Amino acid sequence: MTTATPAREAATAGDVAAPAGTLRRYGRWWPAVALVALFAAPYSSLPLPGLLDGPIGSAGSLQLLALCLVFGALATGYDLLLGRTGLLSFGHALYFAAGSYATELIMVEAGLPFAVSAVLGLCCGVALAAALGSVALRVGGIAFSMVTLAFAQAGSILVERDPGGVTGGEEGRAIPADKLPSSLAGIGNTANLYWIALAYLVLTLAVVHWAVRSPTGRVWEGIKENERRVEVLGLRPYGFKLVAFVLAGALAAVGGIVHLLLTGGATPQTTTSDFTLSLLVMVVLGGSGSRWGPLVGGVLYTWADHRLGDLAGSETVSGLPSFLRVPLSQPLFLLGALFVVMVVALPGGLTRLPARLRPVLTAGQRRVAARERP
Amino acid sequence: MSTVVLLAVTGLGLGALYFLVASGLSLIFGLMDVLNFAHGALLSVGAYATWWAADGHLPGAGSGGPGFVLAVCFGTAVGTVAAMVLELALIRPLYDRPREQVLATVGVGLAVPALLSAIWGPDARPFPGPAALSGTFGLLGAHIPVNRLVLIGAAAAVLVALRLFLGGTRHGLVVRAGVEDRAMVTALGIDVRRAFTLVFAIGGAAAALGGALGGLYYGSVDPGQGTSLLIFAFVVVVMGGMGSVAGAALAAVGVGLVQQFANYYTASGLGDLAVVVLLAALLLLKPRGITGRLA
Repeated sequence: MTTATPAREAATAGDVAAPAGTLRRYGRWWPAVALVALFAAPYSSLPLPGLLDGPIGSAGSLQLLALCLVFGALATGYDLLLGRTGLLSFGHALYFAAGSYATELIMVEAGLPFAVSAVLGLCCGVALAAALGSVALRVGGIAFSMVTLAFAQAGSILVERDPGGVTGGEEGRAIPADKLPSSLAGIGNTANLYWIALAYLVLTLAVVHWAVRSPTGRVWEGIKENERRVEVLGLRPYGFKLVAFVLAGALAAVGGIVHLLLTGGATPQTTTSDFTLSLLVMVVLGGSGSRWGPLVGGVLYTWADHRLGDLAGSETVSGLPSFLRVPLSQPLFLLGALFVVMVVALPGGLTRLPARLRPVLTAGQRRVAARERP
Repeated sequence: MSTVVLLAVTGLGLGALYFLVASGLSLIFGLMDVLNFAHGALLSVGAYATWWAADGHLPGAGSGGPGFVLAVCFGTAVGTVAAMVLELALIRPLYDRPREQVLATVGVGLAVPALLSAIWGPDARPFPGPAALSGTFGLLGAHIPVNRLVLIGAAAAVLVALRLFLGGTRHGLVVRAGVEDRAMVTALGIDVRRAFTLVFAIGGAAAALGGALGGLYYGSVDPGQGTSLLIFAFVVVVMGGMGSVAGAALAAVGVGLVQQFANYYTASGLGDLAVVVLLAALLLLKPRGITGRLA
């Protein structure tokens, strides 16, 4: 469905001017440039007033940036289900929390080193996703959504009720500082955590990119478009859907482990259905089913969630009349409202915005050109 | 014995609350195939509107006697209007995109509690109620809070009204037929879309009434109340069969009782867990149970 668009774009670009074509050729390398820039961010002391609290390289800013990257990656992994396979799961938080809680528990209770615990934690997340996914995928459509919601809610209740003092209840579980490798503990090492988050993002993008282009990925696309037809072609959608579910669950579990390092503990907020819903908002905000959309949505959402609250307390906002100030003080309201607007008025999310604006802009240019011609 | 009676009546009260939320949810899903994630937000809107009115902001309304009745009516009316606005502004433009309809309600379900907590703060507010409803009465040796009876009475009244409406009026007939086979009703030349708004209004009214009376049950209102009730309402809807009001009533009673007794006699929280696991089990064992059916 998208194959026709680049060809048409290339044709119009060739018509307009040759320099644009050169620009486009070099423009293909922008992800690498962005990656280098992100990698070098801890060495930078550039202040971004308004966007970040301090210079980019400061611990606080790096922490926020790392969180943005983690959630961008997490949303990208979640889109494997929503945008690529067409599965609306309301229980993705469970696998994220499983990775995070299992790693913490194994590390602290069994006394294993962090690397071993992380691998075991990932295994726990994958096993859980495989077990629950194989059950939940027996039903389709909205029933699947509700089964995943029920499983995640059961997990959330278990964590909150704290059976046997294992999960720490509402407090969550903090990692004792001496259990971590010294290069990962303390504020002075935030840069290392940031690089781990960046590595997780690159890993997720690579895995999703590779998986979507693999033969399995083609079947996913088919399932999303028309599941019955995939069956008629002689393929069983169940197995393919399960692969997508487990892969997305594994990516979420890794995200949980990175989040555990980054925030220094496992929190029960990550088990709630609200957490999954926020992932859903990120994906749809950025653009479901696109390569960069979920990443953009995740980064934007996390940044807004953390920074808008601070902005609300600032001088400029507190001077505003109350009908402006009150909604601005609640990032969730703004994000929810933006999400609704996006769903209704701009299907395809933020990343589709340039493509939607381009016809309008080129039409304007043509009109100007036609007017200049005698 | 007194403990059992108290638990039973409290469970029935909780079931009544579930029924008020689930009846509308069930009708909306049965007729329109929209799982309304904003239904909890409608309950919160009703609860806050009632609290706002009873707190002395609405002339004539207050925390005692007729003033409180007026406040509850006001809250219900606000919830009804909110539900109709939701349907007309968000659901209607998305009729040909079912996935987006669900997503839009998810967005509203996130935004509305956030807005409520932006305006009135995230903390729970004490809910004013008439003194006559805050006491207890004796039944078989148990001291039972009066507000449980109010909830049960309201839910029973809503059930009877809904059955009369669905069974005895023309609009109810259209709704019932629409739940059975929407395409056929449209083919017969009846505009089902008008029934969509109607069903949303009914569901919003029931949920808002649930919010107003739920304030009595919990003794306070907070922005997240409706959302936390929503998942149990889903359980009720699935158990009762989508689109079935009588089924929702039976399932609500069952879920409320199971939850209360299991929470008391086994470890705390096990009742909630049991109900949630029940939802998954039901859906997996009876995937067809979720299709529309009006009893």
